[in-house]
Amino acid sequence: MSDASLNAPRPKSSLLTLNARTKKRNAAEKRFKAYGITAIAIGVFFLAVLAFSIIRSGLPAFTNVVISVDFTLSQDEFDAAEKELFKTKAYQGLFNAAVKQTVADNQIDVAFEDDAIERIMGKTGGIIREHYRANPDDLGKPVAFELPVASRVDGYINGRVTRDTVQDSRFLMLTDLDLVDGLQEAGVIRNAFNWNFITGADSGVDNPGGAGIGASVVGSFFMMLVVLFLSLPIGVAASIYLEEFAPQNRFTDLIEVNISNLAAVPSIVFGILGLAVFIQFMHLPQSAPLVGGLVLTLMTLPTIIISTRASLKSVPPSIRDAALGVGASKMQAVFHHVLPLAMPGILTGTIIGLAQALGETAPLLLIGMVGFVARGYPDGFIAGFTEANSAMPAQIYTWAARADVSFYEKAWGGIIILLIFLLTMNIIAIILRRRFERRW
Amino acid sequence: MSFAKLTVSTLAIAAVSATAAAARDNVQVAGSSTVLPYASIVAEAFGENTDFPTPVVESGGSSAGLKRFCEGVGENTIDIANASRAIREKEIKACAENGVTDIIEVRIGYDGIVFASQTNGPAYNAFTPSDIFNALAPKVVVDGALVDNPYTKWSEFNADLPDADILAFIPGTKHGTREVFEEKVVAAGCEATGAMEAMIKAGMSEDDAEDACLEVRTDGRSVDIDGDYTETLASIDANANGIGVFGLAFYENNTDKLKVATMSGVAPSTETIASGEYPVSRPLFFYIKKAHVGVIPGLKEFAQFFVSDELAGPDGPLAQYGLVSDPELADTQAAVSGETVMN
Repeated sequence: MSDASLNAPRPKSSLLTLNARTKKRNAAEKRFKAYGITAIAIGVFFLAVLAFSIIRSGLPAFTNVVISVDFTLSQDEFDAAEKELFKTKAYQGLFNAAVKQTVADNQIDVAFEDDAIERIMGKTGGIIREHYRANPDDLGKPVAFELPVASRVDGYINGRVTRDTVQDSRFLMLTDLDLVDGLQEAGVIRNAFNWNFITGADSGVDNPGGAGIGASVVGSFFMMLVVLFLSLPIGVAASIYLEEFAPQNRFTDLIEVNISNLAAVPSIVFGILGLAVFIQFMHLPQSAPLVGGLVLTLMTLPTIIISTRASLKSVPPSIRDAALGVGASKMQAVFHHVLPLAMPGILTGTIIGLAQALGETAPLLLIGMVGFVARGYPDGFIAGFTEANSAMPAQIYTWAARADVSFYEKAWGGIIILLIFLLTMNIIAIILRRRFERRW
Repeated sequence: MSFAKLTVSTLAIAAVSATAAAARDNVQVAGSSTVLPYASIVAEAFGENTDFPTPVVESGGSSAGLKRFCEGVGENTIDIANASRAIREKEIKACAENGVTDIIEVRIGYDGIVFASQTNGPAYNAFTPSDIFNALAPKVVVDGALVDNPYTKWSEFNADLPDADILAFIPGTKHGTREVFEEKVVAAGCEATGAMEAMIKAGMSEDDAEDACLEVRTDGRSVDIDGDYTETLASIDANANGIGVFGLAFYENNTDKLKVATMSGVAPSTETIASGEYPVSRPLFFYIKKAHVGVIPGLKEFAQFFVSDELAGPDGPLAQYGLVSDPELADTQAAVSGETVMN
C-alpha cells in the first residue's frame, strides 16, 4: 500500500522549469517593477525639465553688462551735487561725461549724440553717491568704476534684444547700438558676474541693473527664525501633551480633529488673520518679518504637530514601559527616552513645515511684505525682525509682474537662490537628523 | 528642561522685539498698480537721496488701496494711497467715519490707456469707442433696435476692422483703470452708437441707462483681468486675436511683443496724450493722510520729493518711464507744501 501511494503520479514540478502559475506571478512582478521604474522616470524627467528651465532662464540674472570707466570726482563737484534735491541725477550726469571721455580716449569712431550715452547707461547715481559718502578720501582721485548699463543694452549684448526687434524710442535708438558695438570691441563694456544681484536690495522699475535679492534673503531668514523658534517648541509641547499625557475624551478628540483641519486651511486665510490680529489689534509693524514669521508659524504648526505625534507614536511602548518600570516619572520617561528617539521624525516634519513656509507668498500679501520693499539690510539683530523687509517668494512675485523683461530674468534667478536656500536648510536638517538617529 | 528654557527665551525675544517695534520710521504706501512703477522709482530715489529709509510701496489696485487708507489713523495704517482715479464721495465718507478727515490730494501726472494686441496677430488700427462698445456690450443697437449682442467678429460691425474673433482682456473692477476704460471708452461708445438713447426710450431712467451702458457681455468674449498688466500680456501672448488694455508705460516697455491700436485715428504717445488728442487718458493721484504728517518721519518730504520738478517734471525719470507730466505741477507742489486738504 505504501508503495502504491509512493508510485502514484504526482504533478511534475521542478526548480529549473517554471510552471504556468509561477510564470504568471513572476510576470506580474516584472510588470509592477516596470510601472514603478516608469513612474520614477517620469518624475525624474519632469524634475530635469524643471531644473533645466529654471537654470537656463535664471542664469542671465547672475551676470550683467558693465561699463568700466575711470572716474574722478572733485570735492567741489561733490559739494555742488550734494546741494541738489535730486543728487543722484547730478552724479549720473558727471559720470556720463566721464563715459563720453572714455569713448574719446578709446578712439571709438562712431558718431553719436549726447543723449545716446544717457540711453546706454543704467542708473548709476545711487552707487556713486554711496561710494563717495562712504569713502570721502577717494574724492579728487581717479576711481575705477564698473557700473551696469541700461537693461536694453544688456539685452542686446546677451542676445535678448536684436537689431531686428529694437524699435526707436526714448529708451534706445537703433543707432545707439553702433556705439555699443564699438565700446564692446574696445573692451569698455563687458559681461561680469553680478554680485549686486546676490547682495543688493530691490530697485525701482526703471533700474533693473540695480536689483538684488540679498535683502529679501535676510527677510526670509528672519522669518524662518521666528517660525522655527515659535512653532518647534509650541508644536512639540502640544504634541507631547496630546500624545503622552492628555486623557482620551471628547474634548481632546475635538482638538485633534481641528488640528488636522487646520493643516488643510488655505494659507491666505492665515494672512487675513495675521492682518486682523497682529497688525490691527496688536499694532505690530506692517511689512515686518516678525509679523510674517508669526503668520507662517500659525500655518506651520499643524504640520509640525501632526508629524511629531506620528513620530512619538512610532517609538515602541516597551521603551516607555522599561523607563517607567525602573522608576522614572512619566515626564522623565518622555524627555529622557521617548523624545530623543522621536527626534529624527520631528526634525523631518519641521523641515517640511519650514520649507512650505519659506515658499509662501499668499499670507504675506496682506501684511505688506509684497510690493516695493527696498530698505536694504536691517541695522542690527532686533531690527531684522521689525524693520520693513520682503521675503524671497514675495520678491520673485514682484519681479515677475514688472514691465521690463530683464526683471523676469531676475525672478528666475531669484528662484535659483530660493532653491539654494531651501537645499541648505534641508542639508542642515539631514545632518542634525543623522546626529540624533539612534538604533535599538 | 532645555525645552522649557528654549520656549521661555524665544517668547521673551518675541516680546522684546514686539515692544521695540512701536515706532514706524518708513513711509507706507499702497494702492494702484498703475501708480506703483512711478512710486517705486520715486521711493528708490528718495532712499538714495535722503537720509530717510526707503518707503514701502504695495500694489493691489486703487480701490483696495483707498479702502486700507480709510481704515483709520495710526501707525498700523498706511500713510499714502495711490490711485489711478479720483477718490469717490463714498470713500471720503468711509474715511471720515473712521476718523480720516484731512486728506491731501496730489495729482502726479497723466497716464494713457492703450489697446494693444500680439505683434503676430491681426492689425487693429481703426478703433473708435463705438467699436469697443459694439464688441463688448451685452446689448447693442442693430438696425435701430436694442438687441442682445450678436457680434462674434470685429468686421461684422466695422468693415475696417479685421475679420477676427472678438476677445478682449480688460482690467477687473478693483482696478482704477477699469473706471477710466468705462468712462472714456464704453460710455462714449454707448452714446455714440445710440444705445443709451434706445435704453432711455425703452423706459429706463437716465441713471439706470448710464449704469447699463457700462456692463460688459458675459459670454466669455470679454475677460476681466484682476492681476497686473503682465497677466494681460500673458493672455495676449496666448491668443493671437486677443486685444488687451494696458497703461502706456507698460506698452512702451514691451513694444517687441505688443502692437498698439489707434483710437479715433490717433496713436497713443506721451505727446498725443499731453496735447489731449489721444482721448483715453486719466490723471494719476496719490492721497496723503494729513494726521500722519509730522508723525511718520519723511512723509511730507517724500510727497514733496515726488512732485518736484526734478522727479515729476517733463525731464524727470517719471516722464522718462512713461508718465505724461502735469502742466500744472507748480500748483500741486504748492498744495503739498501748504498741506492743503480736500474739502
